[in-house]
Amino acid sequence: MSAGSEPLRDTDLGEAELEARITSLWRTPRGLIGWLSSVDHKQIALRYIVTAFLFMGLAGIGAVLMRLQLATPDAHVVGPDRYDQLFTMHGSTMMFLFAVPIMQAVGLYFVPLMIGTRDVAFPRLNAFSYWMYLFGGLMLWFCFLSNNGPDVGWFSYTPLALTQYNVGHRADFWAQMITYTEVAGLAVAAITIVTVFKMRAPGMTLDRIPVFVWAALVTAFMVLFAMPAVMVASTMLILDRLVNTHFFDVSLGGDSLLWQHLFWFFGHPEVYFIFIPATGFVSTIIPVFARRPMFGHTAVVLSLVATGFLSFGLWVHHMFVTGLPRLGESFFTASSMAIAVPSGVQIFCWIATLWSGRPRFATPLLFVLGFIFNFVIGGMTGVMVASVPLDTQVHDTYFVVAHLHYVLIGGSVFPLIAAVYYWFPKVSGRMLSETLGKWNFWIAFIGFNLTFFPMHILGLEGMPRRVYTYSADMPWGGLNLLSTIGAIIFAFSFLMLFWNIARSLMRGAAAGSNPWDAETLEWATTSPPPPQNFTRIPVVSSLMPLWENRETLPAITGMRADRREVLVGTLTEAEPDLRESSPDPSIWPLFAAIATGITFLWSIYTPWAVIYGALPITITLIGWFWPKGTKEDES
Amino acid sequence: MKTRIVLNVAPVPENSFGSRTLSWWGTIAFMSLEGMGFALAAGAYLYLRTIEPNWPMSVPPPDLLPGTLVTIILLVSVIPNYFLEHWARAYDTVKVRVGLVVMTLLGIAPVIVRAFEFPALRERWDSDAYGSIVWFLLGLHTTHLLTDLGDTVVLAVLMFTRHGENPRRFSDTSDNAFYWYFVVLSWLPIYFVLYWLPRLP
Repeated sequence: MSAGSEPLRDTDLGEAELEARITSLWRTPRGLIGWLSSVDHKQIALRYIVTAFLFMGLAGIGAVLMRLQLATPDAHVVGPDRYDQLFTMHGSTMMFLFAVPIMQAVGLYFVPLMIGTRDVAFPRLNAFSYWMYLFGGLMLWFCFLSNNGPDVGWFSYTPLALTQYNVGHRADFWAQMITYTEVAGLAVAAITIVTVFKMRAPGMTLDRIPVFVWAALVTAFMVLFAMPAVMVASTMLILDRLVNTHFFDVSLGGDSLLWQHLFWFFGHPEVYFIFIPATGFVSTIIPVFARRPMFGHTAVVLSLVATGFLSFGLWVHHMFVTGLPRLGESFFTASSMAIAVPSGVQIFCWIATLWSGRPRFATPLLFVLGFIFNFVIGGMTGVMVASVPLDTQVHDTYFVVAHLHYVLIGGSVFPLIAAVYYWFPKVSGRMLSETLGKWNFWIAFIGFNLTFFPMHILGLEGMPRRVYTYSADMPWGGLNLLSTIGAIIFAFSFLMLFWNIARSLMRGAAAGSNPWDAETLEWATTSPPPPQNFTRIPVVSSLMPLWENRETLPAITGMRADRREVLVGTLTEAEPDLRESSPDPSIWPLFAAIATGITFLWSIYTPWAVIYGALPITITLIGWFWPKGTKEDES
Repeated sequence: MKTRIVLNVAPVPENSFGSRTLSWWGTIAFMSLEGMGFALAAGAYLYLRTIEPNWPMSVPPPDLLPGTLVTIILLVSVIPNYFLEHWARAYDTVKVRVGLVVMTLLGIAPVIVRAFEFPALRERWDSDAYGSIVWFLLGLHTTHLLTDLGDTVVLAVLMFTRHGENPRRFSDTSDNAFYWYFVVLSWLPIYFVLYWLPRLP
């Protein structure tokens, strides 16, 4: 529909010329402004991943500090107030600033590559989401470093988090951090859904979507319907604290349990939107290293979807000791046990794939096997605490701490490290050291189990969580010391990972485009991928395109070569339907995030900030959307 | 990896409307998450109502007039909104300009009446939990009214500039009209909860 003469198309150019032209169209401009304006999904995803690992490092240091404090009875490494801030920061950071963002970010990086497109659906919204996330995380950590960190636990229960028990602004910073990160998370969810629905390469029908993309899609849907709950809750909390509303104030008609319902309606699915992408990694890695197609692909995908649905029906199992009606408790016990079924189906499919394949035990697969072992333990204690009488006994003890770390670290961090080893060659163009990798795995595996297994016993022996110390006459000293030694070993395994990455970036072996002989589309392009991902968008005729086409990849022609263009397809059949322009780099998402960020922060001090901030937010949003006359703004 | 050409997509169009476009699906995604927010807020209202024997706690139910007036304006606005969407799909610049001006006015009107709705609740947000939740629900919907009004105003202005002739603007107009339906439809259950639920025995 462009005016005048026919636009330049890829058919008008030779191979080399086309590649140079498309690359320069999609390249992020040089310089600081260019860097800040980037809308390249790979750059933004990498920023997310690096930032999330930095926050993990900070929260990990916090964890080691807590372990040092608990290593011996009556220790004085940190005082009770700092300890309260430490466990709150540890949990909040690991959940909101590390686990959820990094899982979404791996999707942001690989979903477009795996479905054969050039960027995500809304690249500027993507950039905006990263800045919001960054500001939220930085705000929380600056507060902590100025001794103003939140200190009421990562789930910030009322009435403890209300002003009568929590003066100052500690809980407000927590609540606003939620707002920042949930804006980011929701934006990424919307982006992921639309990207997977509409931007798959021609021929990628539903049955040819890679499992990891399914996992990212299911996760995005869960985020879309779960995160509003915590936004509603944290907004109500901050309103109770700042403008004297009474949502959670029992004396004036409010209710503390309302907080718990809203929080856990989000909080339980949250566990699964950390876990489901992780199972996506596992289902991606296992076929490659077993050198055979996934056993039960359809069953695995259906299990992911089932887990997504079921995860919304479990939240009350966090509230078994609050005195809810018996019938309700029974329902949630049943649903909590039911969710073990789809997880079990997946585990059997993984085992069957490995059993019938020719496995090579490279580092990614080792971490996957470590995951299966640790996660099964976490899953079993999960079934145990789904039972009301047992949960009543171990509630708020170290048994629960052990359980949740087995599911979250065992169930998600092990697959994440596997994914780092697996995809690092694609992202950087270099291989990680296998020798270091194997050491990394064993140190991590031993350190992890040494840290967290003793906590089961400590919990059964009655040690409550969130105590900053215990007296010498309690029988907990030995196991706590063991756990602390484990924590130091486990922390060391992360240093090995980071060392391996740094070493490889300096002098790692060149990876080539497909070092593992994998089957999905991200391995069809160069390592690292060019700015446009694919100069010619591939055509897909199988679930395993690179195993079906070992010499040449079928591709399309007819795309424009004078603007950033993506192909939009039909929802189920992925038939080419539309050629849309994709937005070019812009500094405005950063400005919009700064305006929004300042408004959120300011609103902690005066509710009028929402009014004052509306104008700069509006201006930056208009700057963002106002057409600049580039070809990308038109159609 | 080397490629071989198997498909030519040059005949595929560059502009379209509705579910064929990315932005329509983006709009759907945002409607879903915002709708979820509304549903949860309404759920919180019902939850608080369940545990509180007197509801509203200390005042009579809200005055019906301003809320009902907003409802009528919103329902009426659906008619020009329908035509605007239709004209956008026909790439009719003149009618789209008129339609956007009309929709801007029909966006401003409920905001003005909305200003009278808050006092009509008869309770401040800081009096008790009932006051808090009704202000919350009404505030949530007001935010939606204001954001879509802002969007409509910017689009209306754009339509009168040199950027207005671009096919993409017509698709934007169509998506904006689509979102307005959501603003109207999401109001109906909130209207029922705020104004009629407290009147039920």
